[in-house]
Amino acid sequence: MSGFSQLRCELLRAARNPLTFGITVGLPLVVFFVVAGANRHAHVAGIVFPVYFMGAMASYGAMFAAIQPGARISRDRSIGWTRQLRITPLRTRTYFASKVATAYLVVVVSIVVLFAAGTAYGVHMTAGRWLELAALVLVGVAPLVAIGLAIGHLLAPDSLTPAVAGTVVVFALLGGEFGPLFPHGTMLAVVKLLPSYWLVQASKVAAFGRGWPAEGWLVVAAWTAVMLGAAGLAYRRDTARI
Amino acid sequence: MGAMNDRAEEVAGVEATSLTKAYGPVRAVCGVDLSIAAGETVALLGPNGAGKSTTIDMILGLTHPGEGNVAVFGSSPVAAVRAGKVGGMLQGGGPVDHLRVRELVGLVASYYPHPMGVAEVLAMTGCDGFARQMTNKLSGGQSQRVRFATAIVGDPDLLVLDEPTAAIDVEGRHEFWAAMRGVAERGKTVLFATHYLEEANEFADRIVIMARGVVVADGPATDIKALAKQRTIRATLPGANLAALAALSGVESVDRHGDTVILSCSDPDAALEALYRNFEGIRDVEVTGASLEEAFMALTADDPTARRRADRGTEVPR
Repeated sequence: MSGFSQLRCELLRAARNPLTFGITVGLPLVVFFVVAGANRHAHVAGIVFPVYFMGAMASYGAMFAAIQPGARISRDRSIGWTRQLRITPLRTRTYFASKVATAYLVVVVSIVVLFAAGTAYGVHMTAGRWLELAALVLVGVAPLVAIGLAIGHLLAPDSLTPAVAGTVVVFALLGGEFGPLFPHGTMLAVVKLLPSYWLVQASKVAAFGRGWPAEGWLVVAAWTAVMLGAAGLAYRRDTARI
Repeated sequence: MGAMNDRAEEVAGVEATSLTKAYGPVRAVCGVDLSIAAGETVALLGPNGAGKSTTIDMILGLTHPGEGNVAVFGSSPVAAVRAGKVGGMLQGGGPVDHLRVRELVGLVASYYPHPMGVAEVLAMTGCDGFARQMTNKLSGGQSQRVRFATAIVGDPDLLVLDEPTAAIDVEGRHEFWAAMRGVAERGKTVLFATHYLEEANEFADRIVIMARGVVVADGPATDIKALAKQRTIRATLPGANLAALAALSGVESVDRHGDTVILSCSDPDAALEALYRNFEGIRDVEVTGASLEEAFMALTADDPTARRRADRGTEVPR
């Protein structure tokens, strides 16, 4: 009962903030149309460019959407709403679940929109591969959700906007979402430790039907676990009044 | 309902014993005992930094006491909150943005097992006129009413209000307390913190005064009312005999700064008359009402625990 109302209100709040939604979903879409359109027949990392870039931009939008709950939590905290909630019977996990579910809904929208754009540039594959690619992006942004929860409890709203944008852009750049930066060498081994690298690699499902190797799953799982731990610590520190 | 009332009489609404809380070297609360019977309305009165908010945070389970213990209706604060027995207005707890007033109050109602009707609460708190307004577009007074509505919509047994009328105008304050009366009449246990002696006098069954992290007075509102009637007489009287001054009728205590004497009086008329009759050369006589600060001091002086703590601390109230 309370979980349903909580989710409904979170969705309403997100829908009434169209600018954030528009930038999260619209920006990667525009970049995709402009860049992929100009390079329709090119190849990158052994894949047709529109396929690579569709996956990359879907991941980029998804990362932005996934980190958003952090920004909302920070705002709720700054006006004292989080403290107010703690003197109601609402369970903390319901509160977090509603934030994460709302974020994932925007992630799904972002993925679907980019996939639709991809088909406009001739990307086609079996339904199974579409689903597998979508699933890998959904899993791959889990560390970003956890990072959002952590910084949402550590930072004030003022410093949160640059922190969110900075985190996503650095991850995206190093991970190769704007094109692979490090095709080989030591730096490749380093960026392979980033979840964003594996988000981009998910595109290979579309081209070759190959999902992540064990290494990819391990990196994403490790980031998620560590960041959730950090979020837990940040939450406990935050709830002790200073 | 009858059975519930019987039980409520056995279990105290709030039972706090030897509460202590320090933030680093600052001791915000040092050994507070506070017992509130079910159905009682208690005002927590004191200046800024007296430890009111910290005490309230511990009662609500927002802060763990360094030492001591709190029970709310016989269980831990967190358990009482989970069971939906607690509602509150915290300092600066603004309503969350991008929701309509009605949606927000409905949302908070959904958290509780047996909430009141949303429409009923909106009417009671005077929010019905702007129920469709967005929460991020409210005036200060409207926002305060919405916060009050979210505090009571769950129909909690214990209502805790931390300076509920801070930052609203006099008219708004009257409307707030009129609504509050309606809530208290439903048999709620109410604890509210305030700076305003008049609010405490008017709305509380009992007043607890805190200063420097300790309870300096705890008594029925009538006792505190008498205290508020107290007057202070200041006069210039070189070489005054303090003992003789203290013995005058209507005078309770005497203090001296250089040639100035300061008399705390329960009956200023009698004291003035006696002063003019017995002390020639008295001049610059000035009579003032007891300020809240002076009321605290009068109480502190009567309280051995408070005096002891004041002596130990570096800060002696003036």
